[in-house]
Amino acid sequence: MNKLMTAADAVGQLRDGMTVGFGGWGPRRKPMAIVREILRSDVKDLTVVAYGGPEVGMLCAAGKVKKLIFGFATMDAIPLEPYFRKARQAGTLDVMELDEGLFQWGLKAAAMRLPFLPARAGLATDVLTHNSELRTIASPYADGEVLLAMPALNLDVAFIHVNRADRLGNTLITGNDVYFDQHFARAAEHCYVSAEEVEDKLELDAETARFSTFERSLVTGVVHAPLGAHPTACGPAYGWDMQHLKAYSDTAAQDDGWQQYLATHVSCSDAEYLERNGGAERISQLPMPIF
Amino acid sequence: MSKPEFSLAELMIVAASEAWRNNGEWLASGLGIIPRLGASLAKVSHSPELLMTDSEAFLVEEPVPVGPRGDYQPKYAGYMPFERIFDCVWHGRRHAMVGPTQIDRWAQSNLSVVGDYHKPKVAMLGVRGLPGNSINHRNSFFVPNHNSRVFVAGEVDMVSGVGFKPERWGPGMRRDLMSIGVAVTDLCVMDWNGPDNAPRVVSLHPGVDFDLVQERTGFPLLKVENLGETPHPTAEQLAAIARLDPHNLRSKQLKGNPAGVRSAEEVRA
Repeated sequence: MNKLMTAADAVGQLRDGMTVGFGGWGPRRKPMAIVREILRSDVKDLTVVAYGGPEVGMLCAAGKVKKLIFGFATMDAIPLEPYFRKARQAGTLDVMELDEGLFQWGLKAAAMRLPFLPARAGLATDVLTHNSELRTIASPYADGEVLLAMPALNLDVAFIHVNRADRLGNTLITGNDVYFDQHFARAAEHCYVSAEEVEDKLELDAETARFSTFERSLVTGVVHAPLGAHPTACGPAYGWDMQHLKAYSDTAAQDDGWQQYLATHVSCSDAEYLERNGGAERISQLPMPIF
Repeated sequence: MSKPEFSLAELMIVAASEAWRNNGEWLASGLGIIPRLGASLAKVSHSPELLMTDSEAFLVEEPVPVGPRGDYQPKYAGYMPFERIFDCVWHGRRHAMVGPTQIDRWAQSNLSVVGDYHKPKVAMLGVRGLPGNSINHRNSFFVPNHNSRVFVAGEVDMVSGVGFKPERWGPGMRRDLMSIGVAVTDLCVMDWNGPDNAPRVVSLHPGVDFDLVQERTGFPLLKVENLGETPHPTAEQLAAIARLDPHNLRSKQLKGNPAGVRSAEEVRA
């Protein structure tokens, strides 16, 4: 069994109109090497499902996003994602805006092959008003409580970036927080992981094996992408690249800013990308942010 | 004994810390430097039973000082990644202090958009955790610049956090799990404990009068009986704040780092 493939192979599985989830959280452990490959592709009209960081802004800037399902879009130390804002403020972006916890609930419903899961989050807010597809449901038990029925967020494809993987599709996330990647993997028809390191076959002690959060049977393809989360963080290996994110953010204020960003950071090979960002050594030494 | 000098930020940290008094073993989450220092001060002084995280993924029994850590090693007591935070939120034993972009008379809050939802004038972060937090556990607000763009007339543009507006609640929905603590602003401390959850001014910061607060608020305010001044930080509290904020990040949170005691003219300037 060998699931190793290139980023282009993985992105080649996408079709126009698909629903695509991205693991990670804000500017943390986003599969950016894959995102850059999507930016180079012709695929369009995607429904993007994410705890959004720069991948959301970039895909919006490139006109790839038809609909965004999200709880937030932020780069944390730069709170407002510039290209997400542009798209949102232009009024052209279809959105399903959810509470962060409710979003998780939708992934879990999909992961458990349920049509919905009940929740309180979202009741009595405009999350209900502005998402006309959301329904409420009364508890069938004596309490009769009215709850929000969060529909399953079924994904055609999920992309996740991990620290280590093997050719079989086993994965390890060794950062301090695994976020919700296991639910993305389980909610998707096909899950492709990019990994900092790829081995033939993981051989682990019990302590290390605990960093595995989802089964290889969920993984369709494994892409070797060293520093593939850049410019987002990939703990414990490297922190986010605030210099890059700031420069990216600044391009949004320029007329041809996005075209320039594409020319410099997307229309190039992975090796050129690393070189243009100070080299592998610089990126691998970016300090983890302090909270 | 000479009175210690203190900044407005320090006064607000002390006022924020009071929000968590007598909460019990709840998770105290202060989002932003001043709320976080408030929660941390509460834990090191009057409420050691509070749960707290390192603002990343671990529980700590000693609040982690803000900013670069130098030699300081966080003293972890448990694990609290985002997924467990959500479990905690939905379970209810949490009190967060957040800084929404808009707040209305019903204590509804907004962090999503300003203007029309479909073509907003300003797109902010998105609702984030406000819907789930606000309906499941206590929430307080932090407002560094008290004005009528934050405390809006009418309803917030996109209700992200729930409040007390009856029309928002359908039959059968549980309202008893929500709870609003206080709003700590640069002018005063407020709560929503008036008749029918009407907003009230609980204390005024030095140099601030009620009329000014009302002038800068988009909805009518009540005041508590014997409306007094927000308590000044004690020397012990100031020393604790200095330990929790060794790089003085608090001095950069409010424009011009105003003094805690200001004249009425200085406040109005």
